[in-house]
Amino acid sequence: MNAFPPERHRTLYDKLWEAHVVCEREDGTTLLYVDRHLLHEVSTPQSFVALDRRGLKPRRPEANLAVPDNAVPTVGRDRPIADPQARAQTARLVENVGKHGIPFITLDDPRHGIVHVVGPEQGFTLPGITLACGDSHTSTHGAFGALAFGVGASECGIVMAAQALPQKRARTTGVEVTGTLAPGVTAKDLALALIAQIGANGAAGHAIEYRGAVISALSMEERMTLCNMAIEAGARVALIAPGEVTFAYLEGRPMAPKGAAWDAALAHWRSLPSDEGALYDREVTLDAAAVGPFVTWGTSPEDALPSDAFLPEPGERPRIARALDYMGLSAGAPLEGTPIDTVFIGSCTNGRLAELRAAATVLKGRRIAPGVRALAVPGSGLVKRQAEEEGLDRVFLDAGFEWREAGCSMCVAVNGDRLEPGQRSASTSNRNFEGRQGRGGRTHLLSPAMAAAAALTGCLTDIRKLEPSA
Amino acid sequence: MSAPLTRLDSRAIHLPETNIDTDVIFPARFLLKIDREGMDDCLFRDWRIGMDGASLGHAFDDPALREVQVLIAGAGFGCGSSREQAVWALVDWGIRLVIVPDFGDIFAGNALRNGLLCLPLPAAQSADLGARAEAGAVFTLDLPARRLSIGAEQIATLDLGEAEVQAFAEGWDEIDVILNRDLAEIRLFEARHRSSQPWLVDLS
Ligand code: SF4
Repeated sequence: MNAFPPERHRTLYDKLWEAHVVCEREDGTTLLYVDRHLLHEVSTPQSFVALDRRGLKPRRPEANLAVPDNAVPTVGRDRPIADPQARAQTARLVENVGKHGIPFITLDDPRHGIVHVVGPEQGFTLPGITLACGDSHTSTHGAFGALAFGVGASECGIVMAAQALPQKRARTTGVEVTGTLAPGVTAKDLALALIAQIGANGAAGHAIEYRGAVISALSMEERMTLCNMAIEAGARVALIAPGEVTFAYLEGRPMAPKGAAWDAALAHWRSLPSDEGALYDREVTLDAAAVGPFVTWGTSPEDALPSDAFLPEPGERPRIARALDYMGLSAGAPLEGTPIDTVFIGSCTNGRLAELRAAATVLKGRRIAPGVRALAVPGSGLVKRQAEEEGLDRVFLDAGFEWREAGCSMCVAVNGDRLEPGQRSASTSNRNFEGRQGRGGRTHLLSPAMAAAAALTGCLTDIRKLEPSA
Repeated sequence: MSAPLTRLDSRAIHLPETNIDTDVIFPARFLLKIDREGMDDCLFRDWRIGMDGASLGHAFDDPALREVQVLIAGAGFGCGSSREQAVWALVDWGIRLVIVPDFGDIFAGNALRNGLLCLPLPAAQSADLGARAEAGAVFTLDLPARRLSIGAEQIATLDLGEAEVQAFAEGWDEIDVILNRDLAEIRLFEARHRSSQPWLVDLS
């Protein structure tokens, strides 16, 4: 018998998973330790009820961080929230976290923002951790090499009570991104191209790891955009190996380790990337050089096409016919040139500083088309402040945009920012589902630069064809 | 907590659409509710009720189908948002079994915790069952026997462990189970974790 088991080449996912196994159960589930938990107002009222009913306290209050983001208005923040339900829900979060000693970022705190923007900004998100949140876009944090996943309200309650969660191990999909990104093409376009390729539930049951030279060269913002959108391909978990870009982003963040702890953490984080020769259950290749600016035309993120494409013919596919009908579009027509009346730049997908800069570069010195309503909503108060220090607010305002306070805003449209029935938006958010931005609203997902271009022309426009500004 | 589930005999509603997301099942604007009352009224709301408040004649508004407990739908059911409200709304309405080719991962986890049984069956078989549902077939689920049938014809065997069958029969109380059974293991894990990655445990 061999004294040493053969060396096993492990993926990043394997390493993160195995480092958090509390115990295996007979039913095939694993009790997985959860290092951190982000909370917002919409997904947790019932989770706290589950604790209170049993007289339980959170096991480690300090491992949680709460921020209201979905329901909060992005204007008039000096006044109480006007909508009674939104006000009550936000008040309920304040009450619950107060009672349970959970760290909380208030609406008037300069650090306030969307959970998935705030977590990384504060260094709450770190490589090597497990992180749960009652929100499907928790996959965003995988950009740091964290095992981060969205959970339901019941699971939020379990995480708070036990700091552990029964989970089934996912299979792994390695997404190798080859080639180089062409000018004007962004992480958002890569994300949409991948979803179009594998389908909206194509990675269900899988953890996606993005890899390759293109990925290593991406900024943290771009990595977060990619991982954020992985859930739109069905993957609850997305991962990118931590490296120098990650460490440079995190060093000095308020909640990141300091001094000797930083050095120890760094040594651990360097051991996380997938081993050479580690195997994935499935491998997918995406040629970045073949990806142009993508725009969605339908009611699922998989309905994404290159911006110069033509709308599909439904044939025998009733879903396509239904989506075209909902979107008020005709089969075979060009996607480019479709008139829009609303532009939304923001969300946890594309509401960070780099993305506001990208949009502002397109907008600088120009005016949006008449009749277009355009909103720029920073992902956090800190993003907003930095943008203002750079004068980006002026660029947006001079172009005719509204410059708002941080929050989810028109991404989920429960805070009063929404489309009216029949309105059509160019949106940097992540979901074009029926009614997502307001009942009867029609959403085209695209990158921040493409959204800015649409605002200027009043229709879907390939950023590469936009006349350079005078 | 949901009512115990061991057996049901019911017709089924068929929604052939693929990628029915949780925004469609439970529109976002109802997320601001902080209690669990009236969830069923929000179920598929914008497919059921038009802008003018009139019924759109959707299956979930058909009085003849009001007692139905089985839903058959297209692939990718429950994709999108993690909102557990989608599951609560289905269960409150009366649905206890969803048959589709595949589910959104988070939806499936939420379903399990609320006594909603998710049964994945291949697309062709799901579509065939959908057609039979439209023709009025009555589905019989026998959970202890792990069997789904139409009359005497067995349709599927359920891949469920003893613990799951028991949880459906008795209701799911995971927090209590974990705290009663696994707390010592959790403490041991935390001690190990503290020594290997102290920066994760000793938060100020
Ligand atoms: S910005 Fe949109 S996707 Fe992100 S957390 Fe808010 S509502 Fe969810």
